[in-house]
Amino acid sequence: MSISQYIFWFLSFVAVLSALIVVFAKNPIYSVLNLIITFFAIAGHYFLLNAQFLAAVHIIVYAGAIMVLFLYVIMMLNLNKETEPHKKQYVKLVAVVAAGLLMLTIIGSLKGAEAMVPAGIVNNNIGTVELIGDKLFGEFLLPFEVSSILLLSAMVGAVYLSKKELH
Amino acid sequence: MQPLLIKAILVVIIFVITLLVALYATFAERKVSAIMQDRIGPNRAGPFGLLQPLADGVKMFMKEELIPSLSNKWLFIIGPCIALLTSFMTGVVIPWGGSITIGETTFDLQITDLNIGILYLFGVVSMGVYGIMIGGWASNNKFSLIGAIRASSQMISYEIAMGLAIIALVMTTGTLSLKDIVMQQDAGFANIVYQPVGFLIFLICAFAETNRAPFDMPECETELIGGYHTEYSSLKLGFYLFAEYINMFVSSAVIACFYFGGYNFPFQTELQNWLGFSNNVLSILQVLAMFGKVLFFIFFFMWVRWTIPRFRYDQLMTLGWKILLPLALINIFITGIVMYFSGSIN
Amino acid sequence: MLTNRSKQVVKKEMTWVEKAYLPAIFQGLIITFKHIFKKKATIRYPEQKRPIAPVYRGQHVLKRDESGAERCTACGLCAVACPAEAITMVAAERTKDEVSLYREEKYASVYEINMLRCIFCGLCEEACPKEAIFLTDRIVPSTFERHEFIFGKDILVEPVNERLDVTKRQTPEVLEFKKDKKHKHNLTFLDKVIVKKSRH
Repeated sequence: MSISQYIFWFLSFVAVLSALIVVFAKNPIYSVLNLIITFFAIAGHYFLLNAQFLAAVHIIVYAGAIMVLFLYVIMMLNLNKETEPHKKQYVKLVAVVAAGLLMLTIIGSLKGAEAMVPAGIVNNNIGTVELIGDKLFGEFLLPFEVSSILLLSAMVGAVYLSKKELH
Repeated sequence: MQPLLIKAILVVIIFVITLLVALYATFAERKVSAIMQDRIGPNRAGPFGLLQPLADGVKMFMKEELIPSLSNKWLFIIGPCIALLTSFMTGVVIPWGGSITIGETTFDLQITDLNIGILYLFGVVSMGVYGIMIGGWASNNKFSLIGAIRASSQMISYEIAMGLAIIALVMTTGTLSLKDIVMQQDAGFANIVYQPVGFLIFLICAFAETNRAPFDMPECETELIGGYHTEYSSLKLGFYLFAEYINMFVSSAVIACFYFGGYNFPFQTELQNWLGFSNNVLSILQVLAMFGKVLFFIFFFMWVRWTIPRFRYDQLMTLGWKILLPLALINIFITGIVMYFSGSIN
Repeated sequence: MLTNRSKQVVKKEMTWVEKAYLPAIFQGLIITFKHIFKKKATIRYPEQKRPIAPVYRGQHVLKRDESGAERCTACGLCAVACPAEAITMVAAERTKDEVSLYREEKYASVYEINMLRCIFCGLCEEACPKEAIFLTDRIVPSTFERHEFIFGKDILVEPVNERLDVTKRQTPEVLEFKKDKKHKHNLTFLDKVIVKKSRH
């Protein structure tokens, strides 16, 4: 195995292990911290794919901003066993069914992808800032603008909800 | 020599220099505060008190190590480690000087030149908040928790304005690599001439990101005892304090690189042609110029700390979201318009 | 209005420039920068000392007379005068072979001043009929233990070889006051005021 393969297996192991801890940890703080480790492992995968920009943005946005807010909220709420709301049995059942359906969908979509051969690295600069910028503001300009409008509307909605009590 | 060996030596040198600068920054802080308040400052340990940092370090080592019994022990220990680690990691992408040739090998005075250097810097800085948050939460102390929450919300708020200020800079320079940004400024004007507003925003945000006065709400002793490091003692407290000074050092270096030409100094090529010294000598002069700029900005950080009183928390948030953020957006807009009409973009 | 530096507070609307605060911050920076070059107020204590008054009230001394005998006769007036009750003493009778050591027939075998209680008011000095106790310009050194602050005769009595000069404390006013001290030290506070007033 080459060194990048070793790194790949190591990162995959870390990602899966920490993802499992996210699900099984009793303490929500540990869940969040392990989710951050998962994000780091995934960012490492991006680096292996030569997508440095994506890796950096992934860390800045997810690990650096969103997870901080998660941690922030969890710390403020001070979650523990006593405050955990008691869930009814049928809610749990519905959750299991929904999760099972999601899993079926993923398996179904991956089944068709088996024939796909690893393309290998076509272009060494595939993940650079310049290429991504060209693609985003050229070929994918419409989706880019639409998603930014979506974010803007979400922001306006959040501001409206927080201001509602004043009126 | 092996390129890897050269890099390793460079890493060790920069590591040691960072430590030394941080160590003496603690001394300088006390000295600067003293002379600005018409006092003398520490002058007992060694000549002019120069051994004071060593004495402080020994004191930190010797102090009793306390871990609160109701704290989360692992996270309590990991917190300061993350804080120190991230502050060391930021120094990697900073170019300290030109290139030096020994024998037949030429190497840059920079640990690594990432083509996404600015993004890397941002990623690592945004990790730094975890050290504070984890430490503050794990202490199981209300003051620590409030300090940690203040720190995280402050850093997230100011990261946005900081990022937008840098975007305007990236628009004019057209690169994310620190080395390229510095090399573009080797002749002509430094970036401060083109981006004065961006510089101002970046400077203010740098103060907020390093948790320095006037934005030292996370640890303001008059309200929160010690903020996130209330429960810390001994070397773990030392880690937090050290991380702050290293952050200050790296921020100064980044400001110098972004807006003040980094290691370049005025008329360097003219000087080289006139005196006719080699590139190696030029590089050494450049390193000195870089450190001159960095030390000035460290002094500036301290100067501001001992001049301006602490902001109130709502004032901090108002400044970040209602003033700096729109200002940064307007700056981007104006930069774009000027670039369009001056024909630097097609 | 004592210093003539008070300013009227004006609560007017700030202009646009003032609202930006940057000029004010810049002014502040200049002020702090100017202070770098100002004369430092620090006095580097052990090497450099503040000038103190000749009648400074510091650590006590128990004087000896010209021949080297202790002047204190253990009358206890200083202990009575002491508002902080810092002075304790045990009296003893002088034997024949101690004549050269003590001036009077009665002497203090134990004389202790608790320096933590003492407020250095100087009333002991004023009360003493034998001019045995004086306050000097020495500063009581600090130590780590409480019991070390109880000064016995070993510290208080001046050594025979190195006499302490207290003549500079004897200003004309003091000397005049001490002229007929025998009667004055027993006066009550009210009487003292009357005496003072009659002097003017």
